[in-house]
Amino acid sequence: MQRLPTVYPPSDDSQLLLEATLKEIRRDDRVLEVGVGSGYVSENIKDKCSFLIATDINPYAVKMAKERGIDVILTDIAEGIKGRFSLILFNPPYLELKECEKGRDWLRIAIDGGEKGVEISLKFLRKVKDLLDENGRIIIISSSLNFDILKEEIHNLGYEFNIIQSKKLFFEEIYALKLVIDK
Amino acid sequence: MKRDLLNILACPVCKGDLDVEVFEEDDEIISGKLICKRCHAEYPIEDGIPNMLPPNLREEL
Repeated sequence: MQRLPTVYPPSDDSQLLLEATLKEIRRDDRVLEVGVGSGYVSENIKDKCSFLIATDINPYAVKMAKERGIDVILTDIAEGIKGRFSLILFNPPYLELKECEKGRDWLRIAIDGGEKGVEISLKFLRKVKDLLDENGRIIIISSSLNFDILKEEIHNLGYEFNIIQSKKLFFEEIYALKLVIDK
Repeated sequence: MKRDLLNILACPVCKGDLDVEVFEEDDEIISGKLICKRCHAEYPIEDGIPNMLPPNLREEL
């Protein structure tokens, strides 16, 4: 398949999300993947759960994921989605870009985490709380570059978490966090 | 999009239920539009993909 230059290609963080998800996923899971990108994670889990839907804000990404046989919705995070999911996945943009590095092109949007690099992650965590089953789980990727900020906000938003997988890269370590609603 | 996806979609503006108007369909809806029963906002379906971006964001991107 031709790789469009406007879609974030599967990278270390995509691989980490897939590995963590494969350990966590159950046959009866209803799964939502936010920010599906090229479809790499969803493609590898769609036959291991009872239902899977994926979203992306990038029209080229949803098109590419759709060609891989994934049911996709073009939207921001999970706008326009209702119902409950038992497993929600997100490999968010988590870099804090300098003003001069910011841009409106799709590849930039795919990595720009907004304020302190955690703005999009927090927007996601606020939004999907209403879509998560009582006993549902979220798996989200985070970077050591801003994990401490995210960690504190996760508690403020009423979740608890643990790190289920990690990977060391050159300048950072990336984590797969599993979140559940703090009861 | 498969027709049963309608069960998990709602208007992103007012959370209302959606009606579907189909232009082209084979084993799934290829093109058409989703119309909010409450606020009448419309969301296009193109190449089998529903566009649920809130209308203000749709223009911005």
